[in-house]
Amino acid sequence: MSTSNNGGGDSQFGDLLVEMRGLRIEGQADEQWHEIVHGIDLKLHRGEVLGLIGESGAGKSTIGLAAMGFARPGCRITGGEIIFDGIDLTTTDEDTKRKLRGARISYVAQSAAAAFNPAHKLIDQYSEAPVQHGILSNAEAERDAKDLYARLQLPDPDTIGYRYPHQVSGGQLQRAMTAMAMACKPDLIVFDEPTTALDVTTQIEVLAAIRDVVRQFNTAAIYITHDLAVVAQMADRIMVLRHGNLVEEGNTREMVANPQEQYTSELLAVRSFQKDHPVEVPGQRPLLEVEGVTASYGGGVKVLEDVGIEIRRGHTVAVVGESGSGKSTLARVITGLLPPMQGVIKFDGVEVPGALPQRSRDQLRRLQMIYQMPDTAMNPKQRIRDIIGRPLEFYLGKTGAEKEERIRELLNLIEMDPDTYIDRIPGELSGGQKQRICIARALAAEPDLIICDEVTSALDQLVAEEILKLLQRLQNELHVSYMFITHDLATVRAIADDVVVMLQGRVVEAGEKNVVMSPPHHEYTELLLSSVPEMDPDWLDRLLAARGAAS
Amino acid sequence: MVAQRLVLGLLLIIAVSLILFLSVELLPGDLAEEILGQGATPETVAAFRRELGLDLPPHERYINWLFGMLQGDMGTSLANKRPIAELVGARFGNTLFLATYAAVIAVPLALTLGVLAALYRNGIYDRIVNIVTLTSISSPEFFVAYILILFFSVKFGWLPSIANLGDEHGFAERVYRLTLPAVTLTLVVVAHMMRMTRAAIINLLASPYIEMASLKGISKTRIIVHHALPNAWAPIINVIVINLAYLIVGVVVVEFVFVYPGLGQLMVDSVSKRDLPVVQASGMVFAGVYILLNLSADVAAILTNPRLLHPK
Repeated sequence: MSTSNNGGGDSQFGDLLVEMRGLRIEGQADEQWHEIVHGIDLKLHRGEVLGLIGESGAGKSTIGLAAMGFARPGCRITGGEIIFDGIDLTTTDEDTKRKLRGARISYVAQSAAAAFNPAHKLIDQYSEAPVQHGILSNAEAERDAKDLYARLQLPDPDTIGYRYPHQVSGGQLQRAMTAMAMACKPDLIVFDEPTTALDVTTQIEVLAAIRDVVRQFNTAAIYITHDLAVVAQMADRIMVLRHGNLVEEGNTREMVANPQEQYTSELLAVRSFQKDHPVEVPGQRPLLEVEGVTASYGGGVKVLEDVGIEIRRGHTVAVVGESGSGKSTLARVITGLLPPMQGVIKFDGVEVPGALPQRSRDQLRRLQMIYQMPDTAMNPKQRIRDIIGRPLEFYLGKTGAEKEERIRELLNLIEMDPDTYIDRIPGELSGGQKQRICIARALAAEPDLIICDEVTSALDQLVAEEILKLLQRLQNELHVSYMFITHDLATVRAIADDVVVMLQGRVVEAGEKNVVMSPPHHEYTELLLSSVPEMDPDWLDRLLAARGAAS
Repeated sequence: MVAQRLVLGLLLIIAVSLILFLSVELLPGDLAEEILGQGATPETVAAFRRELGLDLPPHERYINWLFGMLQGDMGTSLANKRPIAELVGARFGNTLFLATYAAVIAVPLALTLGVLAALYRNGIYDRIVNIVTLTSISSPEFFVAYILILFFSVKFGWLPSIANLGDEHGFAERVYRLTLPAVTLTLVVVAHMMRMTRAAIINLLASPYIEMASLKGISKTRIIVHHALPNAWAPIINVIVINLAYLIVGVVVVEFVFVYPGLGQLMVDSVSKRDLPVVQASGMVFAGVYILLNLSADVAAILTNPRLLHPK
């Protein structure tokens, strides 16, 4: 699928399928219209896969939907042309567009769990477009569906369609949605972050499945993602977008090997951050010891079984695993939100009560937590002053000028100007800034250990890297320990000293990062590590070949 | 989950029966004296009290009354000495008939109007439906009823203005005579259900699966009916049931205007006659209906949720 020609893709692919000229889109915010896409030109040929990449707010989803002549509520296409196979989607009537959608252009959404209607069976949702567009009979559509389910390597392809969306796993749903998008054998599919919500191990399966069917049916595709390593596996050509403008466009291999723009280089280098080795303090007992912890919600299935971990002072322990591996539950047990059924939690050598209400205020103070979603972890009506001031008052009894001074110190510490930000509310901050405030709030208690639960996974990559660097700097200065819960192995490489790998509520491997992350691995660690996409466009092919040979 | 709801319903009924019993108990004055009047001798009053069972301690009377209720024995009316079960039964049948008649018109009408309002939201149709239904719900029932009588009975003479029924009337005759009361009730309840249908559907239109359906090129009507409505049932059912309950327990005014012998009328008459056993029995029937309908709403909400209906 590689090409040797320059950006623009020509001879190797079919006719021109989509052409956008000077596309302008406006979005509505606070009752006012602002331009969010500033004159984009885009060409796509039959059978070609175009990657759109950029951070959130770059306008990539908006442009992808514009290729279907669709603008989300609160958006409107204000200028330019979108020509799909000779039809200008900006001027044609709604009914013509409706007949194109689903039949000749289809869409794969980021969250299949949300994009499937919970009230209908998978196969009925598959058949809906071909039957409604009058392309196939219901029986033909169902036969096709089973065939595609098999090609996408869904288990039990003959019967899985008769299940409801909540009855199959996330990875299976995402493949079922790809099948649904193929139902009318469209000329173009828009993939909008189709694997972002999946675990790395599941992501591989879905990426491979998508690439196979796109090749088999010679479908053109627009592949939208914020992950350059993923798009490198999928796309023939890449357009890098930022703030609704084109940064750079080019053939995938050339762009990965030799980016022309500074911003593209930054995206490529995003996983290069590495922490220094921590200062070893010999002879000290571990700060946190968790021994033989078994826990469940409401006495049902055991979510954790006989889990033990150790966190040393000034160290960062990364707890990795897929969703459902029990890593967040472990955090809940350590914080006392979920008292364990069995097992002991020792802080600084002293056993602490399992249940939150029985812990002393000092025990609470020494252990703080930062969450994945800063939006939901802060009271939207409180000013930054109150958000950070509350733990100062509660744990340390600071009031008045002393408190004010400390709030300003903390804001300086997280590199946010106190005069500008102290009186703002969370809604007036960006995602990265909100997460910084959450960090400052945790630091206000002067804790020994901070549990970071997926703190960077809701952030853009460049912003996430800034947060990781900040956390590292704070650790160097304050010698605080981190327990870093993440499913992102790049984050682990960047920030961890020790790694704990969890699978189905058990610890399968634990130790120093360099030991765990280098061979020989535990089988599951190997699977996790090898599933992290690399920038090399041949990575997926090599991996699939290697796994094919192994099995 | 269903069993839990049933137990709760039962507890509620018992609580209601206690409240009904105690509130009657707390009324000032002695029932026997009230009925016999000031001229009665103490002996006749005492004999009468014994006859009514009023000489027993309150908890015994409560238990006797409750178990009697459970066995269908509601006691005898003080006013005319007839068994209450017979009185209440006949009247309750009438009330149910009228409520069913109104519901058969109102529920499909409200759903259709609501779906159409969601489909053509913020348009002319939507506004007109809103204004008309809101006007009808904001007008007092007796006003709506008299307006209808003025036009359909007095001016055009199509329908009777009085819905008095006897045993001799057949089904068709009943339907004909009850048309005006049923239409009055429909006008009163349709706005609430229609607006909830509209709101529940519009609430879902921002969902990713609705966007997905439009990106599959599905028509607007099908998106509303096939994709939004099946997920909107839970709130709609709740409002339908509240209105069904209203059709049964809240129609006294309409019964009065059309001189219709329903249970509400019986209850009001019994209050004015101080026929307290009948008031208690009617109260229990109303409470039972209310609780039963709400229970069925909960069960229906569970049954329309695919996640609960088709577990993993």
